[in-house]
Amino acid sequence: MASVSKKTLLKIDGIDVSYGSINALKNVSMSVDEGSIVALIGANGAGKSTLLKAIVGQEPLVSGSIEYDGEVLYSVSGSSNGFGGGGRCHGVPTYDVVKKGIALVPEGRRVFADLTVEENLDMGAFMLKDEALVKRKKEEMFDFFPILGERRRQKSRSLSGGEQQMLAVARALMVSPRLLLLDEPGLGLAPLIVHEIFSKLRHINREDKVTVFVVEQNARLALKSSDDGYVMENGSIVLHDKASALLENEKVRAAYLGE
Amino acid sequence: MGSAGMFFQHLMNGLTLGGIYALIALGYTMVYGILKFINFAHGDILMVGAYIGLFVFDLLRGSSPLGPWWIAAFFIAMLVSMVCCAFLGMLIERVAYKPLRKGSRLAPLLSAIGVSFILSNGAAWLFGTHSRKLEYPFDNSPISIGSVVITPHQIMVLVVAVVMMVLLKLFVGKSKMGKAMRATSLDGETAKLMGINSDMIISLTFGIGSALAACGGMLIALDYKVYATMGTMIGLKAFVAAVVGGIGNITGAMLGGFLLGLLETFGVAVFGIPQGFKDTIAFAVLIIILLVKPEGLLGKVEKEKV
Repeated sequence: MASVSKKTLLKIDGIDVSYGSINALKNVSMSVDEGSIVALIGANGAGKSTLLKAIVGQEPLVSGSIEYDGEVLYSVSGSSNGFGGGGRCHGVPTYDVVKKGIALVPEGRRVFADLTVEENLDMGAFMLKDEALVKRKKEEMFDFFPILGERRRQKSRSLSGGEQQMLAVARALMVSPRLLLLDEPGLGLAPLIVHEIFSKLRHINREDKVTVFVVEQNARLALKSSDDGYVMENGSIVLHDKASALLENEKVRAAYLGE
Repeated sequence: MGSAGMFFQHLMNGLTLGGIYALIALGYTMVYGILKFINFAHGDILMVGAYIGLFVFDLLRGSSPLGPWWIAAFFIAMLVSMVCCAFLGMLIERVAYKPLRKGSRLAPLLSAIGVSFILSNGAAWLFGTHSRKLEYPFDNSPISIGSVVITPHQIMVLVVAVVMMVLLKLFVGKSKMGKAMRATSLDGETAKLMGINSDMIISLTFGIGSALAACGGMLIALDYKVYATMGTMIGLKAFVAAVVGGIGNITGAMLGGFLLGLLETFGVAVFGIPQGFKDTIAFAVLIIILLVKPEGLLGKVEKEKV
């Protein structure tokens, strides 16, 4: 299928993640090409969020490895016994992941409620040392999401859910990431708002060449916006194809598109 | 003395005492805001701060006569004491609390109580159990303003306490590190995603809180002397002030500190009870406040995070 040879930006190779005795991810392998939008769809509790958390170092791997831009972010060393145990995960601490050019918009938005909109953006830019650049990026964000500009001095708890989601995206974009990860950006939002957010994501991808990897329950919208798609069930990837092909896939249509 | 004069007299006394409680309460509340942990050794850091201040001040003033140099020496001593205690606070956190952070929430609490004993017993062992006098760096004879009598010490306490609190508010409100501190306190996991190293923020929090405690320790030592267990009762009261103000909330700790100071002074004055029982009135009122508003005056109801 994938005939165009593109550079792989993110490569996940046979990872296992477990919570106690529960295997949340089982031998998951996938890759995200530079410049693409990739969607990961699946039911609640399939392990989608866990995968994103593993990429930013919030969940340690039991086995496997994650590479970004040719550099190993995490790998399991020691005696992996092949039954998902034994090894020890080494890797980049979460607070250093952003310095590599990876930004995550976490599930449930997680804006800093008692901080103003502008202060939230300042926090997104925490690793930037150049104050003039931070100022410029903030103005860019206020242009891109005008509603945030109007509310820049308001505490972010006073924002609507959709506005908070836009703030969470803008906060992640402050560092001009190469790879933007999003965990259920449409969760609990009105369809119109979700469409707006996805159109912003496509714009960022097209104009700013940001690679996007999005986890989403709204499978139709996610796949329509994406180049590539993965389907996860019970901690494993069960399908991988062009997003357009997945939209036509009988199984996907029945299970995730409600047709 | 007229009743208005009496009122202002008690107000001054209460604000002075409250300012010191507030300085110390800030350390409890800042650490709690970030770690949800009560640093029970905080009162003993105040004691160490008072000792360091005393030694440096005595060394600097030597045998020079009372004069402007004494005031300069006092503030130099305060600065040295604050810096030393900031490092002490960070060291204690690194050695005694950080390794226990991943375990039970009770483990660091027990460790803190242990550190408290080590510091107070260590001070008693090194410096003896007698109390020492920290000299006023100026002539502390009371000044009469109308019917209100005020001491230079009270003026200094109020000025220093207010300056420290304004600086802290500016730091936390405006600086990049201050914002990162608030972000970490609100949502540590997400703050890490922004590249904020929470270990560094925690160290900073302990440093600032301990420096403020050292400052408060020196101010209170001028009136109450320096001894190994001087931090126990003051620390406990400042902790209560932090809880009443709404633990985790910086403005709340300031408010709680001043409130406790005022309650102690007015309790004695209004109810005419003996000085030794002033805590009874103060704490009774604080219990009533907590019964009505369990989260504290400015505290927020904790929501369990999923």
